[in-house]
Amino acid sequence: MTTDHSLLVEELTLGYKDRVVIDSLDLAVPPGLITAIVGANACGKSTLLRSMSRLLAPRSGHVLLDGKEVHRLPSKEVARTLGLLPQSPIAPEGITVGDLVGRGRHPHKRALSRWNKEDDEAVAAALEATRTVDLADRPVDELSGGQRQRVWIAMALAQRTDLLLLDEPTTFLDVTHQVEVLDLLTDLNRSLGTTIVLVLHDLNLAARYADHLIALASGRLHAAGPPEQVLTPETVLAVFGLRCEVITDPTSGKPLMLPIGRHHNAVRAD
Amino acid sequence: MSVSTVETVTRGRVRRAYRRRAVIVVLAVLIVLVFAVTLMAGRTFYPPGDVVRVVLGQDVPGASFTVGRLRLPRAALAVVAGLCFGIAGVTFQTMLRNPLASPDIIGITSGAGAAATFAIVVLSLDGAGVSVFAITAGLAVAVAVYALSFKNGVSGIRLILIGIGIAAMLDSATAYILDQAAEWDHQEAMRWLAGSLNGATWDRVVPVAVALLVFSPVLLHRSRDLEALQLGDDTASALGVRVDRTRLVAIIGAVGLIAFAIAAAGPISFVAFLSGPIAARVVGPNGSLLVPSALVGALLVLAADFCGQFAFGIRYPVGVVTGVLGAPYLVYLIVRSNRAGGSL
Repeated sequence: MTTDHSLLVEELTLGYKDRVVIDSLDLAVPPGLITAIVGANACGKSTLLRSMSRLLAPRSGHVLLDGKEVHRLPSKEVARTLGLLPQSPIAPEGITVGDLVGRGRHPHKRALSRWNKEDDEAVAAALEATRTVDLADRPVDELSGGQRQRVWIAMALAQRTDLLLLDEPTTFLDVTHQVEVLDLLTDLNRSLGTTIVLVLHDLNLAARYADHLIALASGRLHAAGPPEQVLTPETVLAVFGLRCEVITDPTSGKPLMLPIGRHHNAVRAD
Repeated sequence: MSVSTVETVTRGRVRRAYRRRAVIVVLAVLIVLVFAVTLMAGRTFYPPGDVVRVVLGQDVPGASFTVGRLRLPRAALAVVAGLCFGIAGVTFQTMLRNPLASPDIIGITSGAGAAATFAIVVLSLDGAGVSVFAITAGLAVAVAVYALSFKNGVSGIRLILIGIGIAAMLDSATAYILDQAAEWDHQEAMRWLAGSLNGATWDRVVPVAVALLVFSPVLLHRSRDLEALQLGDDTASALGVRVDRTRLVAIIGAVGLIAFAIAAAGPISFVAFLSGPIAARVVGPNGSLLVPSALVGALLVLAADFCGQFAFGIRYPVGVVTGVLGAPYLVYLIVRSNRAGGSL
């Protein structure tokens, strides 16, 4: 697999009806790295991700995949390079894990073409990477939240795209499963070189797992760069309106944000 | 990746395909059997030999008329109309991810019914004239429902609710026209509305068969895209499906099928609505339901018509029998979807 696909956003403006959600945004997704988009609720994170994956047409500006306008490219061609896991995908009633993961092969198939060995291999590799092989014959309805999220990621993997966009893949998961999903994405990034872009709510997990942070504030780019540069008390105050301290995470060496709030006003033990 | 995982995947896929294929074969065999029985049995019984000779075009006294002119076109109409209802219903249900989304619930059938009633009662038309009205109105209602529910793309639930509203309006229009009708027209319109295969001739079978040949390949060609839509619009898009275009093509194909079937056989109640869920139950989540559902539709209409004619003391139109089957299922669905958001 190659990791040299480029994904660029140029002067992108997005909106619904007369409400502008993203306002003239420029950014570049660094190839081969994990990028996390963070920001307060309703700052346009998911909207941006939807537009980057061709689901929402820009009001003005461009999303460029390898230099070409993503909204003008044939949809299947895009789907072979760029995968997206939306926030709430729907599993048809009773569908088995193996079948669902197989649906990820859609962009590689013509209308009536037969299933081939390559498809089976892609599904098998996706199941192994997400450690869901043993679940292959189980109905998706019966799985736990963490297992289900791994299965959806497996479906996106079976698509075999070099770029993978995920919209809040850790929502509704407990902390163990959040870490598990992010570990899994890191594995993919390291072993296959997949470029990963994800929207995350948890700033500390974003800082720990992402190589590149993008902080959005009310539809504009506030800061972008390595977590050490982006996750500062100033940025957090500007983006989230929250006062905080930032220390170095003893486990990962990455920045760790400690919210202050109204009741714990920087009282120190020393 | 290990060889054994690939084998697991292949095995699962082959098993799913096998189940689906087995169901298709069983349904096809059942259709042939019921078809044969409806040709042989009736007020007079004709042995298989006579029936075969009639089908081959030989002249058999008595049988040539009863089997060749009455029973054969009737059974053929049951099959082609049932196939149309089955595919059209499951197409809507799959595309909108909701078993309530069948054309008989979202106004298309009501539109055809209101137009046919108008044609029969007010314009005193019959036969082909009624059909033209029914087809035109079915298409017009589909376009109207689609247009009214279009807002940044079509949302399934919005389309269903708008469709149910339009269906209610059209049904009240039908009731008003019937109320004003002369007794003879009233009976004629009621018979049409119930859905009936009475007096089926080859002239009525051919247009439906042609519609089937034209529209069903279009839908079958899109069956994989339709399946992807089951994962949600965003996921389908991410998989490279052009959601709005797939919907539009599916709606055109399904409405084409159902309009011609209704024009020939009346809006046989609930066949479109029931076929998909029955097929889903027997096939399981093992691939496209278009073909299994079409076969279930054909089997339902054939069997219901046979029961309607001979199982009770008096003859009921086929739509009465399917209505008796469908209504409790509708109630069950609504009760169930109240408890938990159910899907097909």
